[in-house]
Amino acid sequence: MSASHMLDGSAAEIALAVRADATLAGDLAAEALSRATRGSALNAYVSLASESDVRQSAASAPAGALQGVPVVVKDNIATTSLSTSCGSKILAGWVSPYEATAISRLRASGAVIIGKANMDEFAMGSSTEHSAYGPTLNPLDHTRVPGGSSGGSAAAVAAGHCRIAYGSETGGSVRQPAAFCGIVGVKPTYGRVSRFGLVAFASSLDHIGVFGRTVDDAALGLQVIAGHDVQDATSVDLAVDDYRAEAERPLTGLVVGIPAEYFPESLDPQIRARCDKVIEVLRQLGAEIRPVSLPHTDHSIPVYYILAPAEASSNLARFDGVRYGPRASSEDLRGMYERTRSEGFGPEVTRRIILGTYVLSQGHYDAYYLKAMLVRQKISEDFAKVFASGVHVLFTPTTPTPAFAFGAKKDPLEMYLSDIFTATANLAGVPAMSQPIGLVDGMPVGGQFLAAHFREADMFRAAYALERALGSEALS
Amino acid sequence: MAVSDKDVLHVAALARLAMPVERVPALVRELNGILEHMAVLETVDVSSVGDDARAAMPRRDDVVAPVPLVRPLAEFAPAPRDGFLLVPRLSTHSQLGASEVEE
Repeated sequence: MSASHMLDGSAAEIALAVRADATLAGDLAAEALSRATRGSALNAYVSLASESDVRQSAASAPAGALQGVPVVVKDNIATTSLSTSCGSKILAGWVSPYEATAISRLRASGAVIIGKANMDEFAMGSSTEHSAYGPTLNPLDHTRVPGGSSGGSAAAVAAGHCRIAYGSETGGSVRQPAAFCGIVGVKPTYGRVSRFGLVAFASSLDHIGVFGRTVDDAALGLQVIAGHDVQDATSVDLAVDDYRAEAERPLTGLVVGIPAEYFPESLDPQIRARCDKVIEVLRQLGAEIRPVSLPHTDHSIPVYYILAPAEASSNLARFDGVRYGPRASSEDLRGMYERTRSEGFGPEVTRRIILGTYVLSQGHYDAYYLKAMLVRQKISEDFAKVFASGVHVLFTPTTPTPAFAFGAKKDPLEMYLSDIFTATANLAGVPAMSQPIGLVDGMPVGGQFLAAHFREADMFRAAYALERALGSEALS
Repeated sequence: MAVSDKDVLHVAALARLAMPVERVPALVRELNGILEHMAVLETVDVSSVGDDARAAMPRRDDVVAPVPLVRPLAEFAPAPRDGFLLVPRLSTHSQLGASEVEE
């Protein structure tokens, strides 16, 4: 079987083949790299490894669950072999002196990293239009965005360069691009995957997430990076379920909540129809469907866009030309800080730093930041009450629209509102995932499962059963 | 609580961002649009959110583990000396010049 043919198999099948014949790994990695190079029109990468490097990594790949499986990593996850620019000029060419824990675990599992994926600068955006290295195109329609901020990772999987890619989520940056590109995207529970080595945007909301071509690919991709890490103070020391085994369980007895607030009158009727179909399929598979309410959902965007910029304004203060990246020249130190930051940050990052500094400043802290923190607690309580009532997973649409055209959302607030169905999971820290549930106007739309803290297994169970039941309907 | 030109310039200075004057009106307009959307939070009753929620936050032991560097410090630090990193002087000492470094 050729390397090209093998690369179209599932991640588990690729690893199985390489375990049987380790000499295949080099050709597989070279083929993935070749596809990435041939697909350069998508602008999915900030940097690619060399063929000799990937062949060397493949040849020495440990015999783990992803042995010889080519993967792509978002450009804000620290690697020592490739630069980590966060899609920003201010970190152009910066090479980390240490690796993220997720990367170390990937290497230990045998995965071969072929490149660093393009992204909205510092993960601030929902379209990958805000990268200093140019926009990434949606592989399914080059006139439309791939979503963001992890648009490069999503495009790499959707274009068939790899089966698994890694991204980061602060308000939906894995699930939204997964929905826009017709693939699977998973955000684990806050604390499930170490963020050590993930460049911080908003620390109380940041997660590392996984893209897979299928639910099984995504489950395997999460399995190898999940677990406690002493390097991350927010990492939780709790056993990790066997996601692929749990996904095989039938849906009999599973209670699926349908939160009314995610199905407003204004929801696109075609997306509503796709969701209705999914709900019917879940019922036929043996799940109990139960209407529920998450009454503070509407407040998620105001809360998110106060807290995330506030944390960003603090986290990004470190990029001042002293310790990282290029340094602008100036006659005095303050001028050097200001010139370095103003020349290094793009307009969206600048806007959010200004907004974040404003809501934290004297006279505004209580009205904005403190109030948002309290409402965030109400949002978390909504989820806690629903899951305590016996609901195992929630089902919702992932986004209010399919992928939009480049330049369609010029008003920043309009762009922010595209996160309306995803930001709640980041605010509450619960796991959530998106998978394709059909086409609307020729583009894929995503359905979202959410579960209680550390119950990723429940959503994989629902998602895997749904994926098998929908079959080709998921992308038609 | 509308944002003014002066607010934007003040906040930009706090955030160490040089702000071209021609950029200010658009930022004022955008920020006011965003903050207007945030005003809905004023209507949310949060009286039931008490100290219990904050007290329930689990805390781990504050143990510092060494960072596993793949290269020695001297390879990526701009100017190490005697185990310390040299950085530019603080702006309060800017009369000494930005190019000078001090421990």
